[in-house]
Amino acid sequence: MAVTERPSQLTEPSNPIVSRLRAVVLSKEGILFLIMIAAMFILSLLTDKFLTTNNLLNQLRLVTEIGLMALPMTFIIITGGIDLSVGSIFGLSAIVMGFLWQDSGWPLELAIIMCMVVGTMAGFMNGLFIVRVGVPPLIMTLATLALYRGMALGVSEARSARGFPDWFFDLGQRQFLGIPSQLWILLIAAIIAGIVLARTPFGRGIYAMGNNELGARFSGIPVRLYKLAIYTFSGFMAGLAGYIFTSRISTTRADMGTGLELDVIAAVVLGGTSINGGSGSIVGTMIGLVLIQLLKNGLLLGGVKGDATIVIIGAILILAILINNLVQRRAGGD
Amino acid sequence: MTATTVSAARQSTPGWLKNLRMLVSGQEGALTLSLALLVIVVGTANPRFLAQQNISDILLNSSYIAVAAIGMSAVIISGNIDISVGAMIGVLATISGQLSIVPGMPVWISWLVPLIVGPMIGAVTGFLVAYLRIPAIVVSLGMMSILKGGLILATGGVWIYNMPPAYKLAQQSFLGLPVPVYFMLVLTILAALWMRYSPSGRAIYAVGGNKEAALLSGISPRVVLMRVFMFNGLMVGISSVLFATQFSSIQSTVPSGLELTIITSAVVGGVSILGGTGTVIGATLATILLRAIGNGMIFINVSAYWLQAVQGTLILVTVLIDLLRRRRQAAQIRG
Repeated sequence: MAVTERPSQLTEPSNPIVSRLRAVVLSKEGILFLIMIAAMFILSLLTDKFLTTNNLLNQLRLVTEIGLMALPMTFIIITGGIDLSVGSIFGLSAIVMGFLWQDSGWPLELAIIMCMVVGTMAGFMNGLFIVRVGVPPLIMTLATLALYRGMALGVSEARSARGFPDWFFDLGQRQFLGIPSQLWILLIAAIIAGIVLARTPFGRGIYAMGNNELGARFSGIPVRLYKLAIYTFSGFMAGLAGYIFTSRISTTRADMGTGLELDVIAAVVLGGTSINGGSGSIVGTMIGLVLIQLLKNGLLLGGVKGDATIVIIGAILILAILINNLVQRRAGGD
Repeated sequence: MTATTVSAARQSTPGWLKNLRMLVSGQEGALTLSLALLVIVVGTANPRFLAQQNISDILLNSSYIAVAAIGMSAVIISGNIDISVGAMIGVLATISGQLSIVPGMPVWISWLVPLIVGPMIGAVTGFLVAYLRIPAIVVSLGMMSILKGGLILATGGVWIYNMPPAYKLAQQSFLGLPVPVYFMLVLTILAALWMRYSPSGRAIYAVGGNKEAALLSGISPRVVLMRVFMFNGLMVGISSVLFATQFSSIQSTVPSGLELTIITSAVVGGVSILGGTGTVIGATLATILLRAIGNGMIFINVSAYWLQAVQGTLILVTVLIDLLRRRRQAAQIRG
C-alpha cells in the first residue's frame, strides 16, 4: 500500500517526541486505553462507589481467571487459530481436582497439581490433533468443547466437590502484599507473556505464522512445534484458572465455566487482536479484559440493570472495533 | 501412500464396489452410511429405537436445528460465522409467542413476523460485516450480548403459556409425520438447489473460496454477504417459529448453547470452516445423525452423565474420517 503523507504531519514540526506520542496514542492499544479512561470517568460520575481502590482491586480479582486464559488465547488468535474448549478444560480440571481429593482421597496438594496436569494434557490433545492430523482449530476445539465438558459431567455425575481446608482459599479469597493473591499470578503471567510475544523469536514466529503460515514454514520457523506449544499452554492456563476459581468460590461443579470461552475471546478481540491473525498484543488484551469488567461493575453500581449491562457491553464490543478500524484506516492502514 | 498403489487398488476393485465407493465418497454419503450403521446397531440392541414414534421424534427434534443449520451453512461457506443465532432464536420465538396470545391477532401474523424480523437482524449483522468490515465473529458476539440482554430486559424472562391451539404449527402432523419435518426437507432441497445451480447461490461459494477472484469475476462480495446474512436471518426466523410452536410453553430467554449445536451440525455436515465448500444436505443429514446418536444412546443404556462425552467423541471421529477421506482424495487427484 502506498504511504500517503498525512496533512497533519506536514503542518507539525517533526518533533520526534510528539510524533512518537502520536504513534502510541493512535495505536490500537492507545485508543482502547483512551476509551477505558473515558468510560471510567463517566462511570465515576454515576456513582462514588466505583472509583475506590477496594472496588477496583476486587473487580480485578474477579477477572483473573478470564485474564489467565486470555493470554494464550491472544497467541492462538494471532496465529489465526482459536480455542473454544478453554471453558470446558477449566471445568474438567477443576472437577478432577475436586474429586481426586474428595472421592479418591488424594492429598489436596497433589490434586491441585493434577488439576494443571489435566488441563495441560487436554490442551496438548487439542494441539496434537491440530498439528499432526491437520484438524482446523475451530473444529477440533468445538469437538473437545463438547468432549471435555462431557467428561466433567461423567466424572462428577452432576455432584459437586466442597469442604476444602482453609489454606486452599489463600489464593482465591485472600490478599498478598495488599493485593488479591491471584492478581499477582495474572500480573506476572501477563508480563512474561507480553515480553515473550513482543521481544523473542518465538513471539515473532507467532506473528509470522498468522500473517503467512507457509512463508513462516519456509523461513525455518518450527510452525508445528509453536502451535503445539500454544495450545498446550492454553490448556495449562485453563487448568490453573480452574484451580483459582475453585479456590475463590469454594466449590466445584461440572457446569462451571460454561460459555466462558466467549468472555475470553471477547477480551482478546476487544483488545485489538485481529481474529484473522497476524496482529494483536498482550497489552491490548489486558485493557480489553479490564474494560469489560469495569463496565459491568460500574454500570451495575450506577443502578443499570444487569441485563442492560450485557446489551451495552455487546454494543461497546462492536463500537470499539469499529472506531479502531476507522482510526487505523485513516492513519494509513495497518 | 503412493499413487501407484492407489490406482492399482482401484483397478482391481469390482464395478459395484467402485460405485459404492463413489456414493460414499462425499460427506453426504459418509453421513448416510453412519446413520444407517447407527440404526442397525442400536435397532438390533433395542428394537424400540425403531418404533415409528421414536423415529418421528428424532426427525421432529432435528427440524428446527436443521433449518437454522441451513442458514449457518451459507454463512460458513461465505467464510464467516454467526454466533448470535441461538440468541436470535430466543428473541424471535418470544416475539412469535407473545403475538400469538394477543387477543384477536390472526395466527398467521405470529408466524410471519419472525420471518421479517429475522432478516432485519441479519441485515444489521451483514451490514456491519460487509460494509464496515468488522469480523463476523466479533459482530455476532456483540449481537449475541445485545439480543440476550435485551430479551431479558424487555420480558424479564417470563414463561409464555396459553397459546391458541391453532398456533402450534409444529405439533400438527401430515401423512404421519410432524409438519416441521416437511419444512426441514423442503427447505434443505430448495436451499441446496439455490446454492448449487443459481448464480446468486454459486456466488456464495465464490466469495468464501476466494474473495479477490470473486471480485475480479464481477461478483460484489458486499452484496453477496448482505444476502447471506439476511438469508440466515430468514432461516433462523423459520427455525424459531418451529421451535416456538413445538412446545406448550415458551420461556423468554435464550436457549443456552443452541448456537454451538447449530454450528456443529453444519461443520459435521462437511461445511468447511475455511469457507468455499460444503452443502446444506450434509448439514441436514448431520443434524439428524447427531440427534439420532443422542437419542440412540438412551436406548442402549449409556449413562446420561456420559452422553455428552460420547457425543463429543463421535463429532471428533466424524471430523477425522472426513479429513482422512479428503486427504486420500487429494492423493488420488495428484496421482
